[in-house]
Amino acid sequence: MGACLTAEVGRLGKTGLFLGQTLLYCVTPPVKGERVLRQTWFIGWKSMLVIVLTGTFTGMVVALQGFPTLRRVGSEGLLGPMVSLSLICELGPVLTALMVTGRAGSAIAAEIGIMRTTEQIDALELMGLNPLRYVVVPNVLASLLALPVLTLVFDVIGIFGGYLVGVRLLGLNGGTYFGEMSNYAEMKDILGGIYKALTFGLLIGWVCCYKGYHSRFGAEGVSTATTQAVVNASVLILVGDYLVTSLVF
Amino acid sequence: MIRVENLWKSFGGQEVLRGVSFEVQPGEFMALIGSSGGGKSLLLKLLVGLLKPDRGRIWVAGKDAAALSRSEMELLRSRIGFVFQGGALFDSMTVYDNVAFPLREKTFLDEKDICRKVMRQLELVGLRDAGHKYPAQLSGGMLKRVALARALVRDPEIVLFDEPTTGLDPVVSRAVLDLFGSVHRRLKLTGILVSHEIPRIFEIVQKVAILHEGRIIAVESPSRLCALPDPMVQQFVNGKSSADNRHLEGVAGLK
Repeated sequence: MGACLTAEVGRLGKTGLFLGQTLLYCVTPPVKGERVLRQTWFIGWKSMLVIVLTGTFTGMVVALQGFPTLRRVGSEGLLGPMVSLSLICELGPVLTALMVTGRAGSAIAAEIGIMRTTEQIDALELMGLNPLRYVVVPNVLASLLALPVLTLVFDVIGIFGGYLVGVRLLGLNGGTYFGEMSNYAEMKDILGGIYKALTFGLLIGWVCCYKGYHSRFGAEGVSTATTQAVVNASVLILVGDYLVTSLVF
Repeated sequence: MIRVENLWKSFGGQEVLRGVSFEVQPGEFMALIGSSGGGKSLLLKLLVGLLKPDRGRIWVAGKDAAALSRSEMELLRSRIGFVFQGGALFDSMTVYDNVAFPLREKTFLDEKDICRKVMRQLELVGLRDAGHKYPAQLSGGMLKRVALARALVRDPEIVLFDEPTTGLDPVVSRAVLDLFGSVHRRLKLTGILVSHEIPRIFEIVQKVAILHEGRIIAVESPSRLCALPDPMVQQFVNGKSSADNRHLEGVAGLK
């Protein structure tokens, strides 16, 4: 029991140290700008299609389910605010983060895990390069840059999806849909969503890089690290969502 | 050039190295042989500071490797080339970029000089025309040769080879070892070669160290090693354990 607790505390300390070092290297030169851009393209641009699809259908479902409920209480004019606030404050950041974890986070963990097992990380170190700076920092920075942009795309596309269902399919007035939205959605809601996206970006970069970096050797080691990266990051995103919501909103 | 004194290293209570000592003179090429999982690769990783020893001293190029700061270790590593078992080439880069990578990252050479140095190394290992290929497009032997080119591109004084012929067929394996031998003779490098290719490696090294049960049990020139009467040494030199001999005799009906 005691040994188990000591090992767990040690593991937590190692994880925290990894994050601390990564954050320090994020703000001190040299930062590998070219690799940051390449990873931003990989995490951000290559996730765009899945974010557009998820955003569209999420907005459509929220509108489809919300409209009958609002009509029952005679407030169908509030469909726009309901769709936009649900997306901006909650669904946009969380679903974007979960999608990016599944698509890019798993790939990051697997790639770094393979670099570890094939001794590419040792090779970097022997060339006098800091593997954290070369491998981890670009992924964390790219994740921090990509998540807010993807979240905003998700929000905008989701609102458009809600418009398609609410206005085109269910007959709500287009002016009402967008007009009421501006009365209810405030800048602090948008900023809150961006804070969440930044938090989730850091969590995805940190957890997925950490798991890959400390992957055990062999194919099983890499597959375990990838699974743990996705599961741990997804759970932490939901926990982080609650914490940021309680602090910001 | 390399001196190891009473080196100890254990993992999870299991002692892998138990007082290893040996010395490699400048310009000397030493083979390190021993049973699989006996700590040979671990010893190389301790020499370059990828792992820290529990006890003992490691002197590389006059520096106590275990006591160096990160920046001092970086400086020392710039004088060492390391050829990994699997090559450890970066999959996302071409052969040319893999070899150029240490120069681009750690020197201030312009692209013209980098190109000249890279092409010289690729020519040395006989892969001048393979610069555009990716590691996944190379055969096992070519991978090892690119790994050697990358290890040599910063003109190191010491080169460490970690089982560089693992997974190669005998013909390619022989060619790779001959290449290592000729590179060593031409560049007068100090080297340690971890390998199971006995007796082929005896043709290219000046001395052989045998690591057995965490200790060096013999360090001799290949000819003197072959003449040693110690049965344990002979097992390694002949590549057969007494159990293997008994088994082979049984299979051949000699019992």
